[in-house]
Amino acid sequence: MSVVAIAPRRWKKPPLIKRAWLRWTIGLGAAVYLTLALGSIEVNWARVWEGLPRGARFFAAFFPPDFAGRSSEIAEGILESLWMTVVSTVIGIAISIPVGIGAAKNIAPAPVYYFCRGILAVSRSFQEIILAIFFVKLFGFGPFAGLVTLSFATIGFYGKLLAEDIEDMDPSQAEAVRATGASWLQWLNYGVQPQVMPRMIGLGLYRFDINFRESAVVGIVGGGGIGATLNTAFDRYEFDSAAAILLVIIGIVMLMEYSSSYLRRWVQ
Amino acid sequence: MAIELRHGTKVWHRRERGAQFATWAAWLAGAAIFIYCWELISDKTIWAFVADAPTQAADLAVRMVPPDWGFIHALWQSMWDTINIATLGTAMGIIMAVPVAYCGARNTTPSAAFIRPAALFIIVSSRSINSLIWALMLVTIIGPGVFAGILAIGLRSIGFCAKLLYEAIEEIDESQVEAVRATGASGAQVTAYGIVPQVLPAFAGISVFRWDINIRESTVLGLVGAGGIGLPLNGAITMLAWTQVSLILLIIIATVVVSEWVSAKMRHAII
Repeated sequence: MSVVAIAPRRWKKPPLIKRAWLRWTIGLGAAVYLTLALGSIEVNWARVWEGLPRGARFFAAFFPPDFAGRSSEIAEGILESLWMTVVSTVIGIAISIPVGIGAAKNIAPAPVYYFCRGILAVSRSFQEIILAIFFVKLFGFGPFAGLVTLSFATIGFYGKLLAEDIEDMDPSQAEAVRATGASWLQWLNYGVQPQVMPRMIGLGLYRFDINFRESAVVGIVGGGGIGATLNTAFDRYEFDSAAAILLVIIGIVMLMEYSSSYLRRWVQ
Repeated sequence: MAIELRHGTKVWHRRERGAQFATWAAWLAGAAIFIYCWELISDKTIWAFVADAPTQAADLAVRMVPPDWGFIHALWQSMWDTINIATLGTAMGIIMAVPVAYCGARNTTPSAAFIRPAALFIIVSSRSINSLIWALMLVTIIGPGVFAGILAIGLRSIGFCAKLLYEAIEEIDESQVEAVRATGASGAQVTAYGIVPQVLPAFAGISVFRWDINIRESTVLGLVGAGGIGLPLNGAITMLAWTQVSLILLIIIATVVVSEWVSAKMRHAII
């Protein structure tokens, strides 16, 4: 009986990126970039060190959070933020539906497609704060500027996701509806809309949540809402009130998170 | 299926009668809430300013063209800083997000009663405080500059990455984990061979996605002094140098479009 030598085989974990050259290029590129990037950052460690006790005092000033001292201002700011959130989400989604339909490659003609994609790209490129600076310039201080900002930002977010969802839909269902002789609107309503609706409701709730959180910052540049209150608290060095405001924001966001999962289950 | 007999012919309706009423009532309630909120905002708005807006916008638009292309040489450094803030911030955020996600996922958390709520609280607080507010606080503590921006972006990214990651961990196929455990693997080995390979694609996708968002966020951090392209933007707006502002805005659009393209390509390559 002859002994057959079997080469010892060891199992190796399959790599995340299958193509070897791509893996090495990404790895090498990352290493080069990291050295360059870390080299170009100047960290003034002396300043950081000096700042640490200041930071400790800063955070100590946050405790205990003072809900009572400015309770009426906080309540007013939160309510204003909530109104802004409701109105801007509704308006933003209402506008983003035609834009999103126009930006879906499979149902829109080419000129409309490029036009709508352009709107989405512009709306998505600018952070809410930059938009808010301009809208405050145009519309004056107050919640209206914030409302326009949030609506505009909603268009980019919701329109893009809607367009992608429509592009991913099952064409056979839409074709079946069209084969019954449905008009274009009927086709949209019965062939396309039921396919994208469940996901879009969830995304609408998510955008509501985002808009509320963003409404806390558009106020910093004059867009009204709780952000204005927060900014005032920071400016007056009333950090205990600022802590209260931040906690209220966190609480409301947490509440929305829980309720949105219930609402989503109920709607679907 | 709701079918009604009308004059002897069957008529199809989308919903049953009760469901139809419920839908209608929900729409009515929604519309009422919307109008009420709109009314309250409208009371706080000075409509004269709003009516004036088209004139203002036209005026601003005229002042913004043509973009001051000569100014572009002053912007390369800020642009590089912006990209660094986004990239290093994302890296930092995702590194910190991994343990938080591990503790937050229902199937891997060491203690569902104590550690999981703590992890969820970290996630929610990081998500609900905007990066601009983080930057505002960090600039006060460690001074203005790129470092504050990186920390702000990192702290802000924890919540987003950890949330998506723990959802991915919760959705893994338990039978694979069990199979690895059945070979006699230790706890760390189960994690490394049973869980990590299943969530790795999601992990890479989330990182790239967040990087894309962070490029956008890091463009404004300069407004509060945390470095990046926001710094010259703020300066230009304050000096009313609108041709410079328009150039910066064009650069921001270009960067965001490129980063979106890169992230889409990378996600296709990975997944």
